[in-house]
Amino acid sequence: MSAPFEVRSADVLVIGAGPAGLSAATRLRKLGIANVLVVEREPIGGGIPRHCGHPPFGMREFGRIMTGPAYARRLVDRAVKSGVELLLGCTVVSIDYADDLVVTCASNRGLLTVVAKRAIIATGVRERPRSARLVSGDRPIGVINTGALQEYAYLHKLAPFRRPLIVGTELVSLSSLLTCRKIGAQPVAMIENRNEPSVRPTSMWLPRLLGVPVRYGTHLVDIKGRPRVEGVTLLCPDGRQEDIACDGVLFTGSFKPEASLARSIGLDIDPGTGGPVIDQFARTTEPRIFAAGNILHPVETAGWSWREGRRVGSFVADDLNGRLPAAGHAIRLTPGAGIRYVVPQRIVSGGEGLSNLQMRASDIVSGSLIAQAAGKEICRLPLTSAPERRILAPVAIFQNAKSDITISVEGKTTTDIRSRSTCV
Amino acid sequence: MSVADVAIVGAGAVGCAMARRFTLEGARVILLERGADLLSGASKGNSAILHTGFDAPPGSVELSCMQAGYAEYLRIRDDFNLPLLETGAMVVAWSEAERAALDSIEAQARANGVNDVRRLTSAEIRAREPELSPRAQEALLVPGEHVIDPWSPFLAYLKQSEAHGAEIVFGAEVAAGAFDGTTWTLQTTAGTRQAKTVINCAGLYGDRLDAKLLGAASFQIKPRKGQFVVFDKAASKILKTIILPVPSERTKGVVLTRTVFGNVLVGPTAEEQDDRDRATVEEEALRGLLAKAEEMVPALATVDVTAIYAGLRPATEEKGYRISVRDDRNWITVGGIRSTGLTASLGIAQHVYGLYREMGHQHAAVIDPLLPRVPNLAEHRPRDWQTAGYGEIVCHCEMVTLREIEQAMTGSIPAGDFGGLRRRTRCGMGRCQGFYCNAQLARLTGGRLAAPLAVGDAG
Ligand SMILES: Cc1cc2nc3c(=O)[nH]c(=O)nc-3n(C[C@H](O)[C@H](O)[C@H](O)COP(=O)(O)OP(=O)(O)OC[C@H]3O[C@@H](n4cnc5c(N)ncnc54)[C@H](O)[C@@H]3O)c2cc1C
Ligand SMILES: Cc1cc2nc3c(=O)[nH]c(=O)nc-3n(C[C@H](O)[C@H](O)[C@H](O)COP(=O)(O)OP(=O)(O)OC[C@H]3O[C@@H](n4cnc5c(N)ncnc54)[C@H](O)[C@@H]3O)c2cc1C
Repeated sequence: MSAPFEVRSADVLVIGAGPAGLSAATRLRKLGIANVLVVEREPIGGGIPRHCGHPPFGMREFGRIMTGPAYARRLVDRAVKSGVELLLGCTVVSIDYADDLVVTCASNRGLLTVVAKRAIIATGVRERPRSARLVSGDRPIGVINTGALQEYAYLHKLAPFRRPLIVGTELVSLSSLLTCRKIGAQPVAMIENRNEPSVRPTSMWLPRLLGVPVRYGTHLVDIKGRPRVEGVTLLCPDGRQEDIACDGVLFTGSFKPEASLARSIGLDIDPGTGGPVIDQFARTTEPRIFAAGNILHPVETAGWSWREGRRVGSFVADDLNGRLPAAGHAIRLTPGAGIRYVVPQRIVSGGEGLSNLQMRASDIVSGSLIAQAAGKEICRLPLTSAPERRILAPVAIFQNAKSDITISVEGKTTTDIRSRSTCV
Repeated sequence: MSVADVAIVGAGAVGCAMARRFTLEGARVILLERGADLLSGASKGNSAILHTGFDAPPGSVELSCMQAGYAEYLRIRDDFNLPLLETGAMVVAWSEAERAALDSIEAQARANGVNDVRRLTSAEIRAREPELSPRAQEALLVPGEHVIDPWSPFLAYLKQSEAHGAEIVFGAEVAAGAFDGTTWTLQTTAGTRQAKTVINCAGLYGDRLDAKLLGAASFQIKPRKGQFVVFDKAASKILKTIILPVPSERTKGVVLTRTVFGNVLVGPTAEEQDDRDRATVEEEALRGLLAKAEEMVPALATVDVTAIYAGLRPATEEKGYRISVRDDRNWITVGGIRSTGLTASLGIAQHVYGLYREMGHQHAAVIDPLLPRVPNLAEHRPRDWQTAGYGEIVCHCEMVTLREIEQAMTGSIPAGDFGGLRRRTRCGMGRCQGFYCNAQLARLTGGRLAAPLAVGDAG
C-alpha cells in the first residue's frame, strides 16, 4: 500500500458513526477523554437510522418520538457539540498492533493512519442477502434487502419495485411495509417460514390494515424473471406450489453483524452472533479493542444500541484510567440446546460491566432457561420467547462462577415446519 | 454501406479474442452482439481458471488452442494491466481408486508437454494446504494452473479492437443473412451490416446461427449448466492451491479455488438442460456444493456464503471443439467451446486467423498496437481506493469507488447493463450483495443502462 498522506493520534478511535459509536464517543468526551475520533465510511453520520424514514426513534435518548433521519442528525450534533471529532467518508481497512493500535483508513484525500490507544468497533448489522439464504431461481434485478429499499425511498427518492413479495415477519419487515407505502408500492404478500410471525402476533395488525396478505408456513422456492423479477413460486403449508406474479423480492431481517473488519484483524468471532466475542466490559479478544451496538447481537433497536454504546464508552474511559480488571482469565458462556447466542461470551472476575446477558432462542419456546456449570445446574429462570425476541439475564448471577457455563432452554419448542432448516 | 472484412457474431470470450486478433492482423472487423454488453452468454459465469491443458485430449485442437492461449495471455497481460494469481493446482485423490488414476493423469500431462507436474504425498499435501481434509491420500501438483479475472481481459481486447477501428455493436442480434457469392448481408436487430466473411462465435446459439444462415448445422448445442457458491473473503486465508478432483468422463468435476477478487469458490455442477438462456441456481445443488467444499476443507463450514451463480457451457454431442470452415460460403464456425474457452480464447483466435488465411485472405497487420489498460479488480494488486481523489466508496464490500463507476459508465465500451457494470467494477458483488450500495447505484446509473435498477420515482 502507498504511504499515508497523514498520520494522527487519538486516545480512542471509534469505528462507525451509528447510534452505538456516537453515544460511546459522546460519553468518552463527557468523562474527560481528550482526543476522541469517530471515523465513518458514509458521507453522512448517523448509521442505519439515516434512512429509516419511519418513527419511532429517540424515546430513550431524547424523550420524544422522532423519525430516523432527525434522530441521526441529533446524535451527530450532540457528539460534535461534546467535542468529538467526526471524520466522514473514511473507511477503516486494517488495524496493526504495535505499542498502540495503528489503524489504516481509506479516504478521498488518500490513506490516513490513526495511532490510537483504544478502539471501539461499532459497525452495526445488515440483513442476510438472497445468496446467503441459497434461494433458487434466476438472479434478476429487483431482489434486495430492506436496507437498500430504505435508501431507495429516503436517500434517493426512487422505487426499486411496485409489487414486491416480502420475505420475513420481523420488526424490520413491518417497517418495510411503511417504506413500500412511501414509494407507492403495494406488496403482493408477506411470507414466513414458520407457522407464527417473528414479531408478537399482536403486531400483525399492520399488514392487515395495509391490505397485504400474510402467509405462514410458506417458503419461497423459486424466483423467476430476466432481467427483472416477474414472479415467484411459493411452497404452501399443504405442500402445493403456487406461482405469484410480482416485480421484486424483498428479503427482510435475518440480521448479520457487519463484522468483516473485526474478523480480518484477527478478533475471535462468535459463530452464534457472527460478531466479535466480548467480555462483560465489551472487550474483544484483543483487549485494547472494544465493540458496541448491533455488531455484537443481531439485532436490537437503535435505542438499545445507543444505551449500550454509552456503557461501553464508560468502560473504555475506565480502562484508560487503569480501572478495569485484567482481561486475561475468563469463564466462557456458550449456548446450549434451544439457544442461538449469548452475549457477552466471556466473564472475567471483578468489576461491574454490562448488567445483562443478552440471548436469543432458536425457536418459539415456553419453559425454562437453564444455566449449567460443570454439569450442575446453577440457575433456572422461567422463559417464554421467540427467535427474534430479546432474552435477558443478570450478569451478576454468573459473576462468581468457577467454570464455563452452558445456557440452554428446556420446555416446549416449536420448530420450523420444514425439517431441513433454511434461513429464509 | 461499407463492407467489413469480417463480421464476428457474438461477444463472448471467443468473439472478443477473435475481434482483437483479426483487428491486429489488419482486417476491418465488425462485432455483432445481441446482448447489451460483452460476455452476456456462456462467458459470464465460469471458474476463472487459466488451464495448462494437462488433462486435455492429447493432440487435439482444444489442447493446442489452450496452450497457445495460455502463453499469449502471459505475454500480453502486463500491457493491459491484467492479473494472474499463481496458485498452482492439485489433483487430489480421495480414495484408493482415485489414487490409481493419478498415474494415467500424470502420463497424460507429460504427453501434453506439461512437464513440471509432480506427485505429492499426503504429508506434502498437508504441508502445502494444512486446512485440507486429512482424507487426501495423494495428489498430482500442476504448478502452472492459475487463476485470472474472467471478465477484464475481454474488455481489454474490445477496447484495443475499437481503438484500431473495429465496429462493436451491442443489441445486434443476427436474425437473418444472405450471401451473394462475395459478400454477406446480415439483418440484425440493430440494422443491416455487410461483411465478406462471417465468423460464428455465437456460443450457446452457434448451431442455431449455422442452421439459420447456412441452412444446416453440423453440431447440436446441449447446454450444460454449472452452479457455483462463492465464499466470503475470510476463506482466502484458508486455501492457496486450486483443488481439482480426479476427473470423470463427463466433466472436470467440482473444483475448489480462490478467485482474484479474494474469495474462494466451489463448483461447478454439470447438469444437462434444454434451455439456452436460463441459468438458475437451485438450493439443493448449492447445498450439495457446500457439503462438498466442507468435506474437502472443513474450516469452510464457518465461512459465510457471499454469492451464488450459474453458467451454461456450450457443450455439444461431442467432446471437442467444433471449428469448421465453409469455403464456399465465406463462413467459419467456432462452436462447442465448452469448458476451456476462457483459457483458449486467444489461442482459438490465432488458430481461426490461420484458417482464414488459408482461405486466401491477407491484410497488413497493425504496427505498434495501442494498449488500453483496464482497471485492476484483483485484490492482490493495487486497487483504485488506494489512490486519492476517488470521490467516495460506493460499494463497501468490494471497495468500489465512485471514480471507478464513472469510468466504467463512460469512454470506450461503457457498461451496457447492470451485469456489465458489475463485471467491470465488482460493485454489488460482495458479501452484502447491494444492501449498502444498490440504491446509490440506481441513482448513479439512472437512464444509462439497458434495464434500470429503479422502476421509477418514489411515490
Ligand atoms: C434495514 C434496517 C432497518 C432497521 N430499522 C430499525 C428501526 O426501524 N428501528 C430501530 O430501532 N432499529 C432499526 N434497525 C436496527 C439498527 O441496527 C439500529 O437501529 C442501529 O442502527 C444500530 O446502531 P449501530 O451503531 O450498532 O450500527 P449502525 O447504525 O449500523 O452504524 C454502523 C456504522 O458503521 C459504519 N461502518 C461500518 N464499517 C465501517 C468501516 N470499516 N469504517 C468506517 N465506518 C464503518 C457504517 O457505515 C455505519 O454508519 C434497523 C437495521 C437495519 C439493518
Ligand atoms: C460453469 C463453467 C465453468 C467454466 N470454467 C472455465 C475455466 O475455469 N477455465 C476456462 O478456460 N474455461 C471455463 N469455462 C468455459 C468458458 O467459459 C467457455 O468456453 C466460454 O465462455 C465460451 O465462450 P463463447 O464465446 O464461445 O460463448 P458465449 O460466451 O456464449 O458467447 C456467445 C455470444 O454470442 C451472442 N449471440 C448468440 N447468438 C447471437 C446472434 N444470433 N446474434 C448476435 N449475437 C449472438 C451471445 O449473446 C453471447 O454473448 C467454463 C464454463 C462454464 C459454463
